Amino acid sequence: MKIVIIDYGAGNIQSIKFAIKRLGFEAVLSSNEEEIKNADKVIFPGVGEASSAMRMLRQSKLDILIPTLKQPVLGICLGMQLMCSKSEEGETTGLGIFDVPVIKFNNSVKVPQIGWNQICELSSPLFKNIKESEYVYLVHSYYVSECEQTIATSEYGVKYSTALRKNNFYGVQFHPEKSSNAGEHILKNFLEL
Amino acid sequence: MLTKRIIPCLDIKNGRTVKGINFVDLRDAGDPVELAAIYAASGADELVFLDISATEERRKTLANLVLKVAEKVNIPFTVGGGISSVEDVDILLQNGADKVSINSSAVKDPDLINRLAAKFGSQCITVAIDAKLIDGEWIVHLVGGKVQTELNLFEWAKEVEMRGAGEILFTSMNNDGTKNGFANEALAKLSTELNIPIIASGGAGNMQHFCDAFIEGKADAALAASVFHFKEIEIKDLKEELKNKGIPVRL
Repeated sequence: MKIVIIDYGAGNIQSIKFAIKRLGFEAVLSSNEEEIKNADKVIFPGVGEASSAMRMLRQSKLDILIPTLKQPVLGICLGMQLMCSKSEEGETTGLGIFDVPVIKFNNSVKVPQIGWNQICELSSPLFKNIKESEYVYLVHSYYVSECEQTIATSEYGVKYSTALRKNNFYGVQFHPEKSSNAGEHILKNFLEL
Repeated sequence: MLTKRIIPCLDIKNGRTVKGINFVDLRDAGDPVELAAIYAASGADELVFLDISATEERRKTLANLVLKVAEKVNIPFTVGGGISSVEDVDILLQNGADKVSINSSAVKDPDLINRLAAKFGSQCITVAIDAKLIDGEWIVHLVGGKVQTELNLFEWAKEVEMRGAGEILFTSMNNDGTKNGFANEALAKLSTELNIPIIASGGAGNMQHFCDAFIEGKADAALAASVFHFKEIEIKDLKEELKNKGIPVRL
């Protein structure tokens, strides 16, 4: 199986690579169009600020390539947020794969949310053998509301989407690579899609 | 529901753990990677590595250690100690650290917080603050409490938040090493006046102290070293106890 992690200068890529290695697979980093198109699975990471991450995607024309991909694609954290229509962070447009905006948590809760929260209402093969209310690790200041594409929800002041799916595109707000055994199991489920 | 975090802290010197560690089932008590993996398996929510080495090779040694930890450990970890530039942080995050913690360098160069938050995002920037209660005022100290500054804890904490820190690790020098409990009054004030997570540090001696830090101190996370290293408290037992007291934890 050929697994490509999209390389555009953003994200804690090393941890994802290691998590995949612990599952017995090798992932390669790439920003090359052909290599990404020919992969069996594509992982779209992201840590940092939305508008500068979008700028880096545009510079390498990955903003055009990603929405056209046909194989399973998994956006992680900011990667998932960039797959949405737009973000309040830096007032940027997104890739528009998920037709929902990214908004900031209001001040009734501490921002960023840092730590382990539960994922509920799981409805996707991505969560095969994952129990309802399982704990995952999250670090984020912006969130996606519930929408038609929601496949998992969590609560932090509001109920929001912790995972999204549209066709071959999946997005998770949490970090599966840092979410202990449950996180590794979710990554394994993705690789087996 | 977001849970309260339990964080063991490992002191690192030249790539090895230093604080006496009493793990009978450990093949090599000085190996931070093996120790980290054991803590991850025992239910720790996060780990902090505090580097106290003073050699010229320290940057390289620490970067290598981070890479080895990231390879083996599937929970988040923070790295601190001697970090003073964007370049330092870049290599640690690239090698797999989730967050970095800065302390003295932030006091000497407060704009460093802004530069780090702008480049890497607030979520991976923890500012550690050591403070001592002197004549009724909490005063920020540096170099493990040896050097007194003129900064007031609460004013400095607010400035740190405003500049873009994502989290504060507050160590009370009055409580550190006493095993008499955390500085709950100061913690609660920080937690109420600021809108970023607060990690309590210094003073953990028994399970009740953790309950108090979360309930009275309103802390979001609690950090300790020796009570975990010497197995005075097992993380699983601690979490059961917290759960029985109605505190949300990951079990």
